[in-house]
Amino acid sequence: MSAAVDMVQFNADIVTMMPEIVLGCGAMLLLLLGVFAGDKHSRAVTVGCVILLLVTAVLVVGGPDARTLAFGGTVVVDGFSRFTKLLVLAGSAIAMLMSLDYLRDEKLTRFEYPLLVSLATLGMMLMISANDLIVLYVGLELQSLALYVLASFARDNARSTEAGLKYFVLGALSSGMLLYGASLLYGFTGTTTFEGIAAALTRDGAGVGVKLGAAFVLAGLAFKISAVPFHMWTPDVYEGAPTPVTAFFAAAPKIAAMSLIARFIFGALGPAEGVWLQIIAPVAVASMVWGALAAIGQTNIKRLMAYSSISHMGYALTGFVAGSQEGVYGVLVYLVIYLAMTVGTFVCILLMRRNGEAVENVSDLAGLSDRDPTTAYLLAILMFSLIGIPPLAGFFGKWYVFLALIHSAAEHPWMYTVAIVGLITSVIGAYYYLNIVRVMFFDKPAAKFEKPLGLVNSALLGASGAFVIGSVVVLAPLIDAASAAAKSLFP
Amino acid sequence: MILATVAFYVFATGLIAAALLVVSARNPVHSVLYLILAFFNAAALFVLLGAEFLAMVLVVVYVGAVAVLFLFVVMMLDIDFAELRQGFMQYAPMGVIIAIVFLFELAAVGGAWVLTPAITAVENPTPAGITNTEALGHILYTKYVLVFQAAGMVLLVAMIGAIVLTLRHREGVKRQSASVQIGRKRSEAVELRKVRPGEGL
Repeated sequence: MSAAVDMVQFNADIVTMMPEIVLGCGAMLLLLLGVFAGDKHSRAVTVGCVILLLVTAVLVVGGPDARTLAFGGTVVVDGFSRFTKLLVLAGSAIAMLMSLDYLRDEKLTRFEYPLLVSLATLGMMLMISANDLIVLYVGLELQSLALYVLASFARDNARSTEAGLKYFVLGALSSGMLLYGASLLYGFTGTTTFEGIAAALTRDGAGVGVKLGAAFVLAGLAFKISAVPFHMWTPDVYEGAPTPVTAFFAAAPKIAAMSLIARFIFGALGPAEGVWLQIIAPVAVASMVWGALAAIGQTNIKRLMAYSSISHMGYALTGFVAGSQEGVYGVLVYLVIYLAMTVGTFVCILLMRRNGEAVENVSDLAGLSDRDPTTAYLLAILMFSLIGIPPLAGFFGKWYVFLALIHSAAEHPWMYTVAIVGLITSVIGAYYYLNIVRVMFFDKPAAKFEKPLGLVNSALLGASGAFVIGSVVVLAPLIDAASAAAKSLFP
Repeated sequence: MILATVAFYVFATGLIAAALLVVSARNPVHSVLYLILAFFNAAALFVLLGAEFLAMVLVVVYVGAVAVLFLFVVMMLDIDFAELRQGFMQYAPMGVIIAIVFLFELAAVGGAWVLTPAITAVENPTPAGITNTEALGHILYTKYVLVFQAAGMVLLVAMIGAIVLTLRHREGVKRQSASVQIGRKRSEAVELRKVRPGEGL
């Protein structure tokens, strides 16, 4: 290596990673603002963070079209990363906006909240752009550490602190597994970059060491998307964390981890399809089945949404099982739709307040159709969409992943089984979603909720409802974008 | 060359002696001080191996931060070490077993070293002509600068997290305010009283 640094290349690298750099520096500036202005101005910090995310999104859109490697090939920017980064930024910005009223009502208004969300977003963007095991790990830790703190943000609430502690301990365990796997991969292939690992696999084939390493890394990543059997933390953390934080957990980090899985299995493990397929396929099936079965007995709506997110991650993973460009494209469409549905559902959960505190049981929704018909109908539509009833958005999500699976099944007949399991679990899952609709429309009305939704949350619920209902129209441009993004993952 | 050998034995003896004293000293403060001595000897051994960066890190991180932290903990916390030490001997057999395992592992490593000379010729990753600190700097601030900075962000998040979860502003705590202190006038701070001989105020 020469002592003189190639400054031209270095500057180009910095330009490539400009969105991340701007986000990191902006978050630090807003941190200073928050520290000096105090908690009284936390609304200003929140607005600043939303604007910062918007600026970052503009920079992401303006990024390079072609696949661009930077910093010695450790990070990559392409159409796929652009698509998922925009999705993550949208999820984070929505999570900040959603939380404003809730944090005020719970007297949790602190300027650190939007900053931790922003820094977690920075970690997610690094995860999405990771093309190297080191970047993968650092991005993942940056994200996770901020999420642990957010989970216990209501620090005087025992359930919230318990959620944070549980998430932290189990998250540390999963990080340990991931690191162990990464060290095995490095040891057996001699490189940390995804291209290098792929090249080594093509050259030497996948030995036991590489298989073990890949299994451990995928186990660590499966923890982050709460796929079965690494899902144990999810219900407790979702229940204990403040509701807007739960909404954030359910969307953006899942999207980032899914795109990281995509890049890892198709980038690094691309030449060894059999290795990752025999891990991802059982995980996907188990998530679909357990997510549908375990949710049946839940009475707490946040726990129920936890199991719902487990099963949805299972459905999304089936797109990877298909192993084709079409499958990845199905996953991307699924993630967009999942984000929209999650936002709407959690806004409705935020509405559930009585006597100055949040109520979280499904039974508390009883008779909502009498008291607040608009919200009740919108929530019912969201539930139908979560089941996957056409022509609502949720149907198209499942349609595209299962279609890709069926197409791939021409070569691998066992994939029909996965698709059939998916269909059966969708029917089982319909029970608990429909149960919520039944409670809202046919049960004896419970007491009124304290107050209607604020302006921002009403707008978010309206947008989510409009997206779900009008998916036939809005999906067309989205499908083109997702298709182009998926194509860039398969050069 | 003879000088390097002498230095090696001096530091190695120092290291082992200090390590023995860490576990055998009665006073825990002395233990921590011996630990610092052990760290310094280990750092000197690294310098002899030509790994001066590791030596510096050992001194800065372990002596500068970790050992001082130990010292604080030992001195600030009211721990009854006599009680902790009770029943020490009942753990001794376990300790002996672990020591034997370590000895065998050490023998295995040493045996491999002797039997297969090929692995002793490990490639030196430091490019010729520059020190290893410089070589690390060359890749840390170019290829890995993004990860390096991201690691800094991880630490920032850890700091924010610690403050968010633990800092409570208590009422009625006197705080220092430099502007108030500087803005004080003589009339507010000093009062002149006439004191008669033989009487107090």
